[in-house]
Amino acid sequence: MSEKQPAVTQATLVKKAAPKSDYKPADVSPQRRVQRTFAVRLWSIRHSRLLEWFYSRFADVFLLLHPLWKGIGYGRVEAPVKFVEKRVKGFMFDCRMCGQCILSSTGMSCPMNCPKQLRNGPCGGVRANGNCEVEPDMPCVWVKAWEGSRNMKHGDKILAVQKPVDQSLRETSAWLRVTAQAAAAREAAQNPQNTGAST
Amino acid sequence: MSVRHQRDENPAGIHLPLDPLPGHTSRGRLERVLRRGEFAVTTELNPPDSADPEDVYNRAKIFDGWVDAINAVDASGANCHMSSVGICALLTRMGYAPIMQIACRDKNRIAIQGDVLGGAAMGVANMLCLTGDGVQAGDQPGAKPVFDLDSMSLLETIRIMRDNGKFLSGRKLTTPPQVFLGCAVNPFAPPYDFRPIHLGKKIAAGAQFAQTQYCFDVPMFKAFMQKARDLGHTEKIFLLCGVGPLASAKTAKWIRSNVPGIHIPDAVIKRLEGAQDQKKEGKQLCIDIINEVKEIPGVAGIHVMAYRQEEYVAEIVDESGVLKGRQPWKREIRRDDQIVAQRLDHILHDEITETQVDMVKTAH
Repeated sequence: MSEKQPAVTQATLVKKAAPKSDYKPADVSPQRRVQRTFAVRLWSIRHSRLLEWFYSRFADVFLLLHPLWKGIGYGRVEAPVKFVEKRVKGFMFDCRMCGQCILSSTGMSCPMNCPKQLRNGPCGGVRANGNCEVEPDMPCVWVKAWEGSRNMKHGDKILAVQKPVDQSLRETSAWLRVTAQAAAAREAAQNPQNTGAST
Repeated sequence: MSVRHQRDENPAGIHLPLDPLPGHTSRGRLERVLRRGEFAVTTELNPPDSADPEDVYNRAKIFDGWVDAINAVDASGANCHMSSVGICALLTRMGYAPIMQIACRDKNRIAIQGDVLGGAAMGVANMLCLTGDGVQAGDQPGAKPVFDLDSMSLLETIRIMRDNGKFLSGRKLTTPPQVFLGCAVNPFAPPYDFRPIHLGKKIAAGAQFAQTQYCFDVPMFKAFMQKARDLGHTEKIFLLCGVGPLASAKTAKWIRSNVPGIHIPDAVIKRLEGAQDQKKEGKQLCIDIINEVKEIPGVAGIHVMAYRQEEYVAEIVDESGVLKGRQPWKREIRRDDQIVAQRLDHILHDEITETQVDMVKTAH
């Protein structure tokens, strides 16, 4: 919880003591410097219902292709699928490739774009205009996520408490992981006695 | 010799945990006070920038007998101070009931779970799970923000440690920590309609009490509480409203534009500007807000944050009358300590010239 502070804070003193030069970098933080515009990301959130519909069809197609992935080997298709996934989701959602995509639970607003990488809701620092505390020019990822989720059919998935990010899954394909898991679940449902013996 | 004990005090020693009660998850005083239905008062200790334990003791002493628990802040505003674990170690030794704040900004899940065990072992009965301010707000803007967990997954982690006796990895604990879990709520920041639902999520993750951000806008807080009541949250969580005195209109303006997440309406600033003695008016404003929020159904207590005005906490609590005559635990000198002190006083200050010759004479 933020506390009340005197007129001159330590932060001000540190800033004043910083070496002065003519060179001033363009934006406030490294994250902002990489990310110039939010237009596409915001479009995706506005069209969250369409994307939700598309995503569920897309997941079905991927699941249909499960024999193909299995035939080639999930390990071997990983690299090309990841290449496409990273670029497509990077363009659409500014994806950070956490490898455990929860876009459908967060109104199609990628929570990894939050400077605090919060996966369960906004922090207490959201500005009155709905922008981020850390990046004053960026709309809060979670304000947008709430708006996006209200348009979606299964928007109430935003109420589920998310587990912490598994950092060991970074830079892997979430599409293939979800497909493999769905296939395994389907197989388990088809022949329960096998899985019962194996687990 | 019988020593009088205060309510909620272990007779074997003030620093020891209380007896477990049915339905209580911790062995601390704050949970007992709240579960008895009493209006609780908590406050925040301004963490010292020193390695002297006396600084902590002196800062805690001014709250004696006025508050039920003291928040040990974890580098609030991302500024370096004595750690919350360190402050808790000192406070528990003296019998105070600290609320150990854990911010996700500086520690990953390995360090946090270790600190939870360490804190609980020292006798910390209350833990408050926070996201933490961004590093840009503090005195070390170049630090690496960790944010490995978020406040929600932190709540869940500690709840799993307590109830299931397991680390996040599933490894077993030999003795689980017995803690009362808290979270922070900010009803005064967007998305406003999501905030009460977000509180529900925190309850699901394990929160048992909540402290809100500074409340200066009572109608806004009332609207939040109405929604929280409609969702049935107030029966599942003890909600403490955050309040505090503003030193002047100038500070209020500064806070509004510089401290993230604090909402101060224009009317408040106007009222301060119009006052003769702005500091006194700030205190009065705080008391007025307390008197309004204490009547709102579902408010279980207040959290007084009087940064650099800690000496006003006792006055604010007294003048608002929220304790209704109840006296929270107060650090008292024990009877045996008092006797020792009297004897020491006699030796140190009374003029006694004792030579061996005199002693021999008196002995006969």
